[in-house]
Amino acid sequence: MEEAVMAVLEVDRARKRFGAVEALRGVSLDLRQGEMLALLGPNGAGKTTLVRALAGRVRLDGGRLSLFGRDLAPESPRPELGIVPQEIALYPSLTARENLEAFGRLGGVAGPALAARVRRALEWTGLAERAKAQVRTFSGGMKRRLNIACGVLHEPKVLLLDEPTVGVDPQSRERIHDMLSALRASGVSLLLTTHDLAEAEARSQRVVIVDHGRVLASGTLPELVAQAGLADRRVRLRLDRPAAAAPAGLALADGGGELTASIADVAGELPALLGRVREAGLAVLDLEVRASSLHEVFLALTGKELRE
Amino acid sequence: MIRTLMRVAWTNLWRDRSVQVLVFVVPIVFFSIFAMIFGQQQDVATRSVSVLVVDESRTETSARVVTALAEDPSLRVHTTWRRGPADTTQVVLDRARAEALVREGACSVAIVLPAGIDTSLSRFDGRGEAVILLTDPSDPVAPRMAAGLLQRAVLNAGRAEAAEFGAASAATPVEDLMPARTREVPVVGRREDRPNGFVAFYAAAIAVMFLMFTASNSGGSLIEENESGTLERVLSSRVGMGRLLFAKWLHITRLGVLQIAVMFAWGALVFRLPLLPHLAGFAVVTVFTAGCCAAFGLVIATAARTRQQLQGLANLVVLTLSGVGGSMYPRPLMSETMQKLSLVGFNSWALDGYLKVFWRDQSLAALWPQLAMLTAFGVLFFAIARRLARRWETT
Repeated sequence: MEEAVMAVLEVDRARKRFGAVEALRGVSLDLRQGEMLALLGPNGAGKTTLVRALAGRVRLDGGRLSLFGRDLAPESPRPELGIVPQEIALYPSLTARENLEAFGRLGGVAGPALAARVRRALEWTGLAERAKAQVRTFSGGMKRRLNIACGVLHEPKVLLLDEPTVGVDPQSRERIHDMLSALRASGVSLLLTTHDLAEAEARSQRVVIVDHGRVLASGTLPELVAQAGLADRRVRLRLDRPAAAAPAGLALADGGGELTASIADVAGELPALLGRVREAGLAVLDLEVRASSLHEVFLALTGKELRE
Repeated sequence: MIRTLMRVAWTNLWRDRSVQVLVFVVPIVFFSIFAMIFGQQQDVATRSVSVLVVDESRTETSARVVTALAEDPSLRVHTTWRRGPADTTQVVLDRARAEALVREGACSVAIVLPAGIDTSLSRFDGRGEAVILLTDPSDPVAPRMAAGLLQRAVLNAGRAEAAEFGAASAATPVEDLMPARTREVPVVGRREDRPNGFVAFYAAAIAVMFLMFTASNSGGSLIEENESGTLERVLSSRVGMGRLLFAKWLHITRLGVLQIAVMFAWGALVFRLPLLPHLAGFAVVTVFTAGCCAAFGLVIATAARTRQQLQGLANLVVLTLSGVGGSMYPRPLMSETMQKLSLVGFNSWALDGYLKVFWRDQSLAALWPQLAMLTAFGVLFFAIARRLARRWETT
């Protein structure tokens, strides 16, 4: 079934070098109709370069980009594409309404349609009451919301968002995700770059992990877990007192206060594991069995924590 | 789209009071200072010159020369001077005291009538005593003026003797005793209905200099927009760099026209600058000048990487061009070589245009060399700016 979903945006072996730095080393990915795809990677991984290439602002050294099956050169028109840059790309001296009107006109919207869309955008962002206030007086979260709204006034079918929630408080982050969910519900396909693991895991349907200009893995979380060789369930036992040595098949953690293990078959292997702990004279206070997280997948794939 | 970009730029300007002060108020203040300084000097030819006169001859003839000098309205004659800084008692000047005063800078010239001068005046054989002029060469005007007026005073003093020879009566005006009678007829810049035409030159000089600063600073919005990401967003829309630059150029041109218009209106109101009789010529030269300056500003803005760089570059280039092009020192007063050299600066063509309109009363048709050069410079600047702006385009 999944294979039948159309790819609206495709990146095929994209390569780009800036002097000595190879920003993209053959990145391939696809964005499917109506999904939210997270492009996850540390700073300098090549995420922004890829977004800029898709926006026509970076000319690739090699590879191919296509939008709705149409090859994209930097100078190709992209009416179906909306872009939300990482920076707060707004005019600070202009009001919220004036910014929306300006970027709407630059996106080719005019007349009554523009007025209606600006009104809707102000409501959508929760900024209707601050429509006449200059953007310089806004909080970081308000600017981020308006930054997104300015990218969708021409009603794109595909929206690229470069770190749309960076530097905002949790409340604003929640609000931004509500906005993005509403966009997705209306049929817009979203590609967002992030280095926030929790955001990528919780909000997107699929994740593409990039580092040093390469795709390390891509797919849904279970697929990523499998690709990282982390299919086993993680077991964690909290003990009543620190253990001096771990029973067979388990490892000490938290200074001996905890035991950890990986098991492929929970029903078949867990009873025997608990039996060995009891035989060692240890009492279990708490037990946790869970699948591997995106954090562990990232760690396994890149060998490092996701740095800011 | 160009209208949208211009509207954005205009709104940004409208909401920035400090920019408005820099664009409209500061140039007016500068112009007013210049107009006050140089407006006072417009009648430099009729300004009276202070001279020290030492009569060592002490004869009737030398006394008549001193009297004739004192009666000349172009001279302020001092035969006495106070004894010292604290002592205001006036003492008759001698040669040593006069020389000391010239050396101190109290006066630029002293006329010494030495003993025996009474027998050597009007001899025309090169013999006898000569009048001695003690001068300060740093003043190029006063010693020459004093020397010329001395000749007139000597003729004036000798009028009684001339009448005896039947050359003229004692009532004959001194001008008529001159070897050649002259009558001064100003053909430019001094008409009754246009009492302060030369102020227009300073208005233009200051306006063009500030216009270059304004254009560079306004063009600098490109740097800020690049840093904020707005430029990236605009270029990701359907607007190309060419159109964006054209919109900036139009905006700065419009701003420049307004800036010059405000300054000239101020000049007309406060310094009686004859704007209304020259409105058409003023409008044409102003539009071409503003357009050229706007393109120049785009070059500076696209050449600089940061605001600080822009500021430094603008100061260096604008001040150099202003010096060479005649904004600081009028081109007509420069040496011929320097006048020719200054034509490499577009601003000298702009100033020539204003001079033709306000000072030389020339027709619109006569402005074509200036307008053609301003257009050529403008096109060249825009092409350079477009080339430099490629670094902001697709990388």
